[in-house]
Amino acid sequence: MARDGIARRTNRADAAMQLSRNRKRGALQGRLVHWLFFACAVMSIVTTFGIVASLLSQSLGFFREIPLWDFLFGTTWSPILRDAEGNRHYGVLPLVSGTVLVAALAAAVAVPAGLAIAIYLAEYAPDKIRRTIKPILEVLAGIPTVVYGYFALTFVTPMLQRIPLRPFQEDLLVFNALSAGLVMGLMIIPMVSSLSEDAMVAVPRSLRSAAYALGATRLEVSLRIVVPAALSGIVASFILAFSRAIGETMLVTLAAGATPRLTFNPIESIQAMTAFIVQLALGETPRGTLEYNTIFAVGLLLFAFTLGMNVLGQFLVRRFREEY
Amino acid sequence: MAKAAVTALLHPRLALRKRIGGAAYVAFVLAIFLGLAGLASLLVRVLWEGVPWLSWHFVTEYPSRFPEQAGMLSAIFGTLWIMGLTFLFTVPVGVGAAVYLEEYAPKNWLTRIIEVNISNLAGVPSIVYGLLGLAVFVQILSLGRTVLAGALTMSLLVMPIVIIASREAIRAVPSTYREASYGLGATKFQTVRDVVLPHATPGIMTGTILAMSRAIGEAAPMIAISALVFLTFVPTDPLDKFTVMPIQIFNWVSQPQAGFRGIAAAGIIILLGVLLTMNAVAIYIRNRTQKRSEE
Amino acid sequence: MTTATTAMTTPHATAAAPAAVSADTTLSVTNLDMHYGAFRALRGINLEVKRHAVTALIGPSGSGKSTLLRCFNRMNDLVPGARVEGQVLFNGEDIYHPSVDPTEVRLRVGMVFQKPNPFPKSVYDNVAFGLRINGFKGNMDDAVERSLRRAALWDEVKDRLKQSGLALSGGQQQRLCIARAVAVQPDVILMDEPASALDPISTLAIEELMRELCRDYTIVVVTHNMQQAARASDWTAFMTMGEDRAGHLVEVGSTQQIFTNPQDERTEGYITGRFG
Repeated sequence: MARDGIARRTNRADAAMQLSRNRKRGALQGRLVHWLFFACAVMSIVTTFGIVASLLSQSLGFFREIPLWDFLFGTTWSPILRDAEGNRHYGVLPLVSGTVLVAALAAAVAVPAGLAIAIYLAEYAPDKIRRTIKPILEVLAGIPTVVYGYFALTFVTPMLQRIPLRPFQEDLLVFNALSAGLVMGLMIIPMVSSLSEDAMVAVPRSLRSAAYALGATRLEVSLRIVVPAALSGIVASFILAFSRAIGETMLVTLAAGATPRLTFNPIESIQAMTAFIVQLALGETPRGTLEYNTIFAVGLLLFAFTLGMNVLGQFLVRRFREEY
Repeated sequence: MAKAAVTALLHPRLALRKRIGGAAYVAFVLAIFLGLAGLASLLVRVLWEGVPWLSWHFVTEYPSRFPEQAGMLSAIFGTLWIMGLTFLFTVPVGVGAAVYLEEYAPKNWLTRIIEVNISNLAGVPSIVYGLLGLAVFVQILSLGRTVLAGALTMSLLVMPIVIIASREAIRAVPSTYREASYGLGATKFQTVRDVVLPHATPGIMTGTILAMSRAIGEAAPMIAISALVFLTFVPTDPLDKFTVMPIQIFNWVSQPQAGFRGIAAAGIIILLGVLLTMNAVAIYIRNRTQKRSEE
Repeated sequence: MTTATTAMTTPHATAAAPAAVSADTTLSVTNLDMHYGAFRALRGINLEVKRHAVTALIGPSGSGKSTLLRCFNRMNDLVPGARVEGQVLFNGEDIYHPSVDPTEVRLRVGMVFQKPNPFPKSVYDNVAFGLRINGFKGNMDDAVERSLRRAALWDEVKDRLKQSGLALSGGQQQRLCIARAVAVQPDVILMDEPASALDPISTLAIEELMRELCRDYTIVVVTHNMQQAARASDWTAFMTMGEDRAGHLVEVGSTQQIFTNPQDERTEGYITGRFG
């Protein structure tokens, strides 16, 4: 009996020691796991750092040879081909104008259409129709952009060329900003519509009730109460969609052309910033050459553009969330 | 002013307002039809041009100078390689980051920075990721224009999508589950591993599939890494050269001969087929779990 | 004088000509049934609402008070699947007649909600909203000032008309909503528990306002607060929920009579706090 008691006591002591050892190991393991998860999260910071560092370092060689001022405000872009005097030109404005032109055309399609769809879905559509239409429209956002490029080049441009009006029938080139812009507008419609709809749905029901109770029609409730109340969210959707359009690559590469030109005429062929990067990347440019560094300089500018717009867009979204 | 006087000054013109409302309604519905018609004409166009070119040898042959003989075998395998490795890299890190932000992160400036940073990364143009990959993986780490460099680049590109989706899934796990687990003496890690993650799995899977379907269609960053289009072998090693389906399609679209337009469309059919299947699976998983949580 | 029959004695004859309605009645409800999809929310309501008086709808939760209130300005039309049977006459006109536009009804029958819901616009724009959409051709500044004075809010906000309505206190916001409703000069103002989200002092201010406004407007107020009904109303209607969970009217009478001498034992039980 006595021995039993001792044995039992030892067992219990053993178990206690085991527990405390487990706990110690658990604490160590817990800390280790914590740091591991932390490292995963920090990867995103490392990525951003990597983007900024590689863009900056690789374009350094470019800016050593080309003054920043000439790059940003020069009006001729011809980094590969020499002109009659044998000079190359590194003024990025033609690429910027091409990018902005296509994005503006896209916005001209996507802003009215996306907003109209958002108003319909948020204020008019019965639940069943909303649940059917939304996923179908989302498909538009999921289609690879190379497919849109194919569509713009082989379908939309020939269609436009068949319009029996002067600028279309005779002057519209195979590569043109117009069809790239229209198709990109189609592509970013769901971005505008779903973000705007989210903003409108977040507007409290009670405001709609108040407006209806004053004898407002559904359209008046939508346009005079809901849209103003959701405005920061709606504007954010425009900005984020515009930023997406600016960073879009394959569509403009395939359909808008490769002729850098400082123009805002949509029927002309242009070159977007992203399309230039692809053009040079396709050529297997050797590292360290000025051409190689040029794509990073353009990439840096592109990154700065889109980052600025995204920060603004996120800021508006957050401000809107705080309101409701 | 008396009540009657105000009423007399009102001109509600209801009939007119109703008509304007009706016209606006028509415009709203037309906008929907514009979107749907765009989608429909795109799909019809692709099928119309591409179906005649679809054949068994299209998926078993290598690219060729002649459209009739060209296939996308190397591109299909390149895509499979990229997708597989991207999945392997993205899921652990993305879910880890999501777990950190939802379960571990203190509310301080560093956490705020990480959060803002992730949403900004989601908006960085994909070609910029390509430049990052070109500078860091291809050049500095000397991986060359290989499958590995491509997959690492693609992982960084889709990471924000996985993190954001996983965070939402983790946030949706009821806190009572966690409390029950802690109440049984489980550690934080045990709670995360045995309670939180299993319940968040469907949501994480949905997000991962959507991230993968984004990756499968990306051409721009892959062009920066590897612009190869006439690859006549299948990569067997992460350090092999590669091409992917969207690059192959891009190349075919830019060829002048009409025949290449046809096989480009055929390639698009395969790409969209895979994509839509993945999306359907994601929607299926989401609906199933929604139904279950409603029960 | 009892202004309505009880739900038990439903006179089918009332579905007759508008001429039968007396001049001191603003709203006259006959055999009203209200459904949300398959669910019947109201059953056999008969009620007359007197002009230029405050009528209180009281009763336990789920008895359909707010639902009934929303039948008076056709707000229920906005709920998918809502369906109304029976008749609601407003100044002798059937507001559910197919030729009647709900928008028109709502212009004549204003509403104040349970929680203050000013638009995220300036104080001025809040009050001017109804006038603007209805093509008001008079002096807007005067109209806004007059409405704010009617809502006993002018002195507090006259120096900050351009500020957001959301910057006001809860009680002020609710008076702003009353000013907004008053601005278009409706005949009737419906109030859905207008003070339930407010502190006692603001509540008293709203009650005083109701007494003041009923000289020019017909007011119907839903309230949970029996003291409020007793203090502020002229007529009281007691509603309850039947076995089928449909709300119906038990008893209507002068507030004095309902609170001192209820005819139905359910009314008495509710008022003395024995049930509900």
